[in-house]
Amino acid sequence: MHSNLYTFLYAAAISLITAVVLAFAAEGLKPRQIANIELDNKTSILRAVLYDSEDRNEILSAYGSRIQELVIDAAGNEVPNVSATAINMRKEVAKPVEQRQLPLYIYTGIDEKPLYIIPLYGKGLWGPIWGYISLENDFNTVYGAYFSHKSETPGLGAEISEQPFQDQFRGKKIMASDQSFISVNVVKKSAKTPFGEEHRVDGISGGTITSDGTDAMLEKGIEPYLVYFNKLKAL
Amino acid sequence: MSAETTLQETPVKKRDGLFSKKNRKTLTDPLDDNNPITVQVLGVCSALAVTTQVKPAIIMAIGLTLVAAFANLIIALIKDSIPGRIRMIVQLIIVAFLVTIVDQVLKSFMFDVSKKLSVFVGLIITNCIVMGRLEAFAMAQRPWPSFLDGIGNGLGYGLILIIVSVFRELFGSGTLLGYVIVPGWAYTHGYVNNGLMMLPPAALFIIGVFIWWQRYRNKKLINVS
Repeated sequence: MHSNLYTFLYAAAISLITAVVLAFAAEGLKPRQIANIELDNKTSILRAVLYDSEDRNEILSAYGSRIQELVIDAAGNEVPNVSATAINMRKEVAKPVEQRQLPLYIYTGIDEKPLYIIPLYGKGLWGPIWGYISLENDFNTVYGAYFSHKSETPGLGAEISEQPFQDQFRGKKIMASDQSFISVNVVKKSAKTPFGEEHRVDGISGGTITSDGTDAMLEKGIEPYLVYFNKLKAL
Repeated sequence: MSAETTLQETPVKKRDGLFSKKNRKTLTDPLDDNNPITVQVLGVCSALAVTTQVKPAIIMAIGLTLVAAFANLIIALIKDSIPGRIRMIVQLIIVAFLVTIVDQVLKSFMFDVSKKLSVFVGLIITNCIVMGRLEAFAMAQRPWPSFLDGIGNGLGYGLILIIVSVFRELFGSGTLLGYVIVPGWAYTHGYVNNGLMMLPPAALFIIGVFIWWQRYRNKKLINVS
């Protein structure tokens, strides 16, 4: 039997040793991790306009040359001197709409047509979900969508981050013919909604809460941008 | 054996070779006779949770094998110094330490993979197999056999995970590793994916059938667990 003093010292020592090693590991690897996260954000933004590449340099050069970052407010005015990538979406979504800063990314493809990429942030079943949806310059047709999540169940809610789910969004419309906002509903095939096929995609069986979260995220996430889009349309 | 060598080799205790029969048995036993899931009944919870698809199951198996092997090794190295009353806390610190290192390394060098398994990596800490093997094996054995025991148990766990996930992904989604297996015409003729396969109880049924088959084939196991 070891003495009490030995037990205390042993516990303290092993905690200290592991803590120091972990601290060094975390600090040493941090620059790599931050670079990875930045690259991941850029990749996600480009995925929303169906630009699919795994190559680091390709992504960075495409992002640098084709994406314009912009921040607007709820009144549809551009906010100068704020970096779109520095905005914490989690905090912005919690604010009332009038006080939000809304990041917007504009992608100019080879055909010179701009695509407007809206970042989204919402709740899934187990944690946050987020994504980007891109609109064509009629501000109505969806060009592409990309979603990701922190901890949804693989095979169920986590399917939102898979290609087949995201591909459903292509060509959907967010506005009704009378120019009122509808969004794209994520519902099961048999669900009855007053809107036509161009306003709905098939939700995930077994992932109802994540599907509902995606639905709400789209509706609440896109709406604040309409003021700005209407301004652009009037130009 | 000549008298000369016996004179030179008069150790107190004879050491086993690196891959002696006993050590090989330590490595291969958990694959069948002493499988962590179907015989020791450890780690069942994660076997239900991560087996809806084959890919996460494989990566989870690799992660658990690494952590179990190195936790066993470290604990076997320091076992004599660990105070008995806090031994489980010490074991837990070592396991959590290793899992955090694995997580950090994945985030730095394999970001895509780490995004896919963020939750699972953390879950290895609470996997009963790791703690179970530390208590049952590493606390009483030399480092090398302990290391082999960790690898063996990780592989035995992975084997079950992969078998279960193959059934679940194939019948639940009609795919394997994401590739479509069930052809489109089957669906147009009325074939439907089995929704039950996507839910945790399906894993319990498959593991149950596996245990049945394993005991039918391997009479040694009857009335053992």
